Amino acid sequence: MSQQEIEVILSRHLAEYLAMPIFIVNPAGDLIFYNEPAEAILGTRYNETGSMPANEWATNFKPTDHDGNAIPPEKLPLIVAIKHHHPAHKIFWIHGMDDTMREIEVTALPLIGQANRFLGGIAFFWERSRK
Amino acid sequence: MKVTFWGTRGSLAAPSPETVRYGGNTSCISVEGGDGTVLVLDAGTGIRSLGHYLPSNINRVNILLTHLHMDHIQGLPFFMPLRRAGVEIHIWGPASTTLTLDSRLQKYLSPPLFPVNVRDLSANLHFHELPGHIIEIGDFSIQAQLIIHPNPTIGYRIECAGTSLTYLPDHEPALGSRSFPNDREWTSGYRLAEGSDILVHDTQYTDDEYQTRIGFGHSSVRHAFQFASLTGVKRFVPFHYDPTHNDDDLDRMFKNAIETFTPSCKVIPAQEGLSLETGC
Repeated sequence: MSQQEIEVILSRHLAEYLAMPIFIVNPAGDLIFYNEPAEAILGTRYNETGSMPANEWATNFKPTDHDGNAIPPEKLPLIVAIKHHHPAHKIFWIHGMDDTMREIEVTALPLIGQANRFLGGIAFFWERSRK
Repeated sequence: MKVTFWGTRGSLAAPSPETVRYGGNTSCISVEGGDGTVLVLDAGTGIRSLGHYLPSNINRVNILLTHLHMDHIQGLPFFMPLRRAGVEIHIWGPASTTLTLDSRLQKYLSPPLFPVNVRDLSANLHFHELPGHIIEIGDFSIQAQLIIHPNPTIGYRIECAGTSLTYLPDHEPALGSRSFPNDREWTSGYRLAEGSDILVHDTQYTDDEYQTRIGFGHSSVRHAFQFASLTGVKRFVPFHYDPTHNDDDLDRMFKNAIETFTPSCKVIPAQEGLSLETGC
C-alpha cells in the first residue's frame, strides 16, 4: 500500500488527539481516515472499515436538511470543499448507525500542501442537538 | 554509487578528542556515480573537507539540501567549488509557502550573519525547488518527498542501476503516531525507504532523551531501528548524532540496540571518512 502524503499523515495525527469528530478524504473524496469521535457518528470503527469510497460514506449516515429532504453527496461540505477547492460550511441532520438523529454543523476545508499540492479535504463536525 | 560521509553530527559541530571516530562535523555526504556525477547531500560543516577532495577541474556539483536548519547549510560558503568561476553549482531544496529557496538561503548567506552575499560567489548558481517531479542527474534518478521534521524538510531516495540510497537525516516518524511502527501507509518516509539498499537515518537520541524532546523532529535509536525494520532495508546507517554523544556513548547505544532489536539488515553506523559502495 502506498504511503500517504506527509501533510495528510500529520492531519491524521492531529485528528487522533482532538475530541471533535473529523473526517479526512483524498482528492477523489474517498474517506481515508476518521477519528474516534467520528466513529460514533458513523457507527463504525475505522480499524474495521479502513477507507471508504465517497458514494458509500456520503450516503451511509443519511444526511437530510431541516425539512427532512435528503442531501445529495455533492451538496455536503466536504465534497464541496474538494470539488471547488474552497471552504464549505453547513448545518444538517444525519441518521447515525446507532439510530440517533443528530443535528450537526460541519466545516470542511480543502487540504493544500507545500508547493500548492491538492491533497484532499478535512471536515470538522460539531453536534448541535439530537433526537 | 560511492557514498562517503564527510559530516555525521546533528544540531551542532562537536569536534573533540572524544568524537574523532564518529566525527564532529555536521551533516554532509557525497554520492559519486560511475559516470563522474557528484551529488552532495546537505551542506553542514563536513562539506568544507569535501570541497578539497573534489578535483579542482570539476565543472558541475549538485547539492541536495534536506532543509535549511543551520547544521545542514553552515558549511556552504566554505565549499571551495563555490568560489571558482565557471563551476556550475545546482542547489536543490525546499521552498517555504511564502519564500523561494534562493531567498531563504540568502537569509543566512548575507550580512550580518555572513560577510559574503550569495550573489558575490564566483560559481554559477542555480536553484531548484522541491518537492516536485523526479530529478534525473547523470545516472541518478532522485525522488524527493516531504518528511516529518519542523519546517519544510525533504527526504531523498537516489537510485542508480537498480540500487538505491535513502537519506533521512532529520526525521521523526513516530511523532504523534499511534500506529508506528506497524502501519506502512501512515508512516512518514516509508515510500522513500522501502527496500532501499542503504538507509541513512536520524539516530539523535536515546529513549530517555527522546521523552523530553518529542516534537523536536528527531528519532530515538529505537525508532530508527524500528523504521529500518519496517521498511525492509538491506543496510542501515545510523546518522545525525547528538553533539552530546561521544564515541563511547555511540558505541554503547548501537551495541545495545543491535542486541535488543536483532535487526535483519546490516547496521553500519556512519563515521567521518566511511565510504560505502553499491550498484553503479
